[in-house]
Amino acid sequence: MAREKREKPGPLEYWRQWPLRVMVGGTLAFLYLPLIILMAFSFNDSRRNIVWQGFTLDYYAKALNNDSLIEAFTNSLTIAFFCTIFSVVLGALAAVLLWRFKFPGKTPLEGAMALPIVVPEICMGVAMLVFFARVFPWPTGLAWPLNLGAIIIAHTSFAFPFVATVVRARLASFNRELEEAAKDLGAGEWRTFIDVLVPHMQPGLIAGALLAFTLSLDDFVITFFTAGPDTITFPVKVYSMLRFSVTPEVNAASTILIVVTVVITAIGLHMQGAGEAKKEKS
Amino acid sequence: MEQTWRQAKAAFAAVAIPPVAWLLLFFLIPMAVIWAYSFGENTGPVTIDLTGTFANYMRALEPLYLGIFGKSLVVAGVTTLLCLIVGFPVALAIAFASPRTKAWLLLLIMLPFWTNLLIRTYALIAVLRENGYVNFTLEWFWNNASGLMTMVGLQPLGDFTPATLLYNNFAVVLGLVYVHLPFMVLPLYSALDRMDRSVMEASLDLGAGHWRTMLLVVVPLAAPGIASGILITFIPALGAYLTPDLLGGTDSQMIANVIERQFKKANDWPFGAALSFLLMYLTFFAIAAQAMVQKRAERRG
Repeated sequence: MAREKREKPGPLEYWRQWPLRVMVGGTLAFLYLPLIILMAFSFNDSRRNIVWQGFTLDYYAKALNNDSLIEAFTNSLTIAFFCTIFSVVLGALAAVLLWRFKFPGKTPLEGAMALPIVVPEICMGVAMLVFFARVFPWPTGLAWPLNLGAIIIAHTSFAFPFVATVVRARLASFNRELEEAAKDLGAGEWRTFIDVLVPHMQPGLIAGALLAFTLSLDDFVITFFTAGPDTITFPVKVYSMLRFSVTPEVNAASTILIVVTVVITAIGLHMQGAGEAKKEKS
Repeated sequence: MEQTWRQAKAAFAAVAIPPVAWLLLFFLIPMAVIWAYSFGENTGPVTIDLTGTFANYMRALEPLYLGIFGKSLVVAGVTTLLCLIVGFPVALAIAFASPRTKAWLLLLIMLPFWTNLLIRTYALIAVLRENGYVNFTLEWFWNNASGLMTMVGLQPLGDFTPATLLYNNFAVVLGLVYVHLPFMVLPLYSALDRMDRSVMEASLDLGAGHWRTMLLVVVPLAAPGIASGILITFIPALGAYLTPDLLGGTDSQMIANVIERQFKKANDWPFGAALSFLLMYLTFFAIAAQAMVQKRAERRG
């Protein structure tokens, strides 16, 4: 019925042409099927995990009882948490610096700020390895979470320029007269910053925080070079598990991580959307 | 208007010092140390003398390492090309979809970004490893991108054994395409979405077919977007470590794997540092080439 009513696609309606639909469908299948299979087989009641044998939560129980896996997971979340705080503060300051001021050396600084974004991960990883091994040895045996310091620093170094880029794009839409008005009305630098500039930056800050959190949680290469034996993160742990054997436990743990990131991202996007809607209303 | 820093020195210092100090201490200095090491020599198990030698760079020019650089460039190039071939029609379809569909499709393309790279690679291993998933994957792969298969010289369905799909160059390229496809689709989409559609209509009205319109009208107009898509795919693919490490065999080592070996097993940091900087120079060269394309396109537009 519906098909009969539909007109022949117009010349520019590429989305309605079937070869392109097949292409899009195929691409999405390519992107998602491996992940869906991975998630589905974390519930499979079979060690060899090829054929479906029935539903089970055993591997979740096993993963949750695997102390070193839980420790790695906690480490990853802790690192991502601190990395997000540092990156948002540093990124916001860098964005305000580049947006508000003219100063000698601005262009080289902008170039240097872009470097952590473009430099290959492996190069940054080995640089961090050498830095923390020879130049600035991170004390070993510190109490948690201080023992994660080196990884947090390395993650912040590559995450905060991303935050700065996002926040600076947001600042471009700021009406500078508002800042002047606040100052004319007697607000100092700090009050103006907190009450005028920060509320405007908020959607950028949330987007930046989200980006920093996922970048940190996702990172393997740089962590691989900065992690010590007692500072294993989740990706590094999964990597070492993969080296030995692939078990449904890894599937279960991966599924938990996928769900955690998707939920966090959804909350962040929702907050960002709500913030923008509120802004438009007022 | 931008303020000069003299107008508000205290505020300037407050916003400038933390990020600049962090960048200097925890990024530029580590990089500088690596750069210095690349001109150094191993004099003991843990001591490196900065002798100003070019020996590490000379060694990088030996056929063995030159070959690995060449291979990395080819693998990254093939990956980028495949991403472009698959990504362009996808971006086109998304750009011309209705606003609601568009938002959903973009979300679906972006969602894998938020999934851990290692997990995605692992998912791919699980799919390629055993017979069951391989055929499953290949069925649609064959339908939608059979060109991809013939390019690597594989026969149609059924003839596959899991061994041919994992731990070889094919797996590395497939894994890199899998990971980097969203990188390509998004800039292509934004270029196609911004394009003036009346130009395409004019071309179609004047009798050019869809293919000619694409090649002669759309592609030149979207050139800056295509260039940035190529760059954003090529750079991470060139420096990829995890994908060749997990999906590749002994002959599919890329430059990042060689660098890693110098810093871990081989314990030859100066040579590893030199290789790192060569990889970085290649990256900068690619960025400069893209900037030139962008500039030329802007001048024409």
